[in-house]
Amino acid sequence: MAGESLKRTGLYDLHIELGAKMVPFAGWDMPVQYPMGVLKEHLHTRAAAGLFDVSHMGQVILPMEAVAALETLVPVDVAGLGLNRQRYGMFTNAAGGILDDLMIANKGDHLFLVVNAACAEADIAHMSAHIPGLKVVTDRGLLALQGPQAAAVLERLLPGVAAMRFMDVAEFGWQGATLWVSRSGYTGEDGYEISVPETVVTDFARALLAEPEVAPIGLGARDSLRLEAGLCLYGHDIDITTTPVEADLLWAIQKRRRIEGGFAGADVILGQIERGADRKRMGLRPEGRAPMREGVEIFAGPEGGAPIGRVTSGGFGPSIEAPMAMAYLPADLPQGATVYGEVRGKRLPARIVPMPFHPHSYKR
Amino acid sequence: MTVKYTEEHEWLRVEGDLVVVGITEHASEQLGDVVFVELPEIETQVAKGDEICVIESVKAASDILSPLDGEIVEVNESLADNPALVNEDAVGAWFFKIRPTEMSQIDDYMSEDEYKDFIG
Repeated sequence: MAGESLKRTGLYDLHIELGAKMVPFAGWDMPVQYPMGVLKEHLHTRAAAGLFDVSHMGQVILPMEAVAALETLVPVDVAGLGLNRQRYGMFTNAAGGILDDLMIANKGDHLFLVVNAACAEADIAHMSAHIPGLKVVTDRGLLALQGPQAAAVLERLLPGVAAMRFMDVAEFGWQGATLWVSRSGYTGEDGYEISVPETVVTDFARALLAEPEVAPIGLGARDSLRLEAGLCLYGHDIDITTTPVEADLLWAIQKRRRIEGGFAGADVILGQIERGADRKRMGLRPEGRAPMREGVEIFAGPEGGAPIGRVTSGGFGPSIEAPMAMAYLPADLPQGATVYGEVRGKRLPARIVPMPFHPHSYKR
Repeated sequence: MTVKYTEEHEWLRVEGDLVVVGITEHASEQLGDVVFVELPEIETQVAKGDEICVIESVKAASDILSPLDGEIVEVNESLADNPALVNEDAVGAWFFKIRPTEMSQIDDYMSEDEYKDFIG
């Protein structure tokens, strides 16, 4: 990052005012935590409502005519996406690897996509090469309001949002501006992601923060929340070396696409669906309290042998009050099996468990 | 009562022929919420600079180095069960007690005023 200036979101001044500790993230100067601290911010989100600035993420608009072209880039059933509904998906390459993961919403007269900050430039170039009429949204921030009180809070500002279901999208007016709302998030909690014009994004964030249930939450807690929810972080748990099948994201490839194919890497991915992949992303619960962080090598036994996998995300789960990790491991390892992670030269036992580590509470 | 501070943000408190070691409030704030503490074993012979404790916070793992040559004579087991004590009361949450080979080694470290200047 040296020599390169960091980009700032529309909420930069508010973050500073709130006492955030700012860090470089994917080329952006972002709040990693506020004075409350990562642990309390995490628990607050699970107990009440947390406000996240995710304006660094890429927002893209595609014309409806782009559905067929987009389907060549993602294994997701975009054509079958209902009006005002959103779906999770991923861009794949010819080898079946994942170029990025994203959200795709059908807004009737256009598609609205949200992509990762770190991949945004590459995603836009990739799409532009295949899809005419792509528009990058540059005049909007993106907020997430997450937690069991999110619906009650947001309903006060945007009457009607409480009636939305998980993965619904809708537009609401606020002080003359049009807000694009989806009932979704990256914490495992019920909540919303809200695209807000830059002109009012700070006012809107302030209005949310003025509600007693809401606290600002940084990237630190965002990471521990998504990990407890078993959700992938691009560049860590998924990347060009992992396929959607290996990543255990088969649920994101709807039936029609499995039958028809016609997306990048279809031969590899459909082959893995039929025959199974050799390795799979799995959840680990280390015994004791020592976290197994990204890069920790996993072994079959307490001594000797070559590594059978590697932790891609790991840390301490404040809500489960225990360490947790994701790792790619041989697909035939059963749930409940014990493996060993090498932490500071010592092999520590960990159990293979189903994810999420903390249950989701989506309003389906 | 003599209290000294290291550049690694440890505090050292002399108790008779022992030295009690913990981390400073400044260090605990920098670390963030502590979730795991690995303590050394009692009766271990340690050399100044040895990595003898591990502290894991929500953010990262870091080591505590032995500030002195000597023998570990006691560890604060309550930290293993409740690592949050480090954030709640850094000055009270001692990690281990060491019997130094040479008590004079402690003279190399900073006074409270010097440490305050050090952290700015």
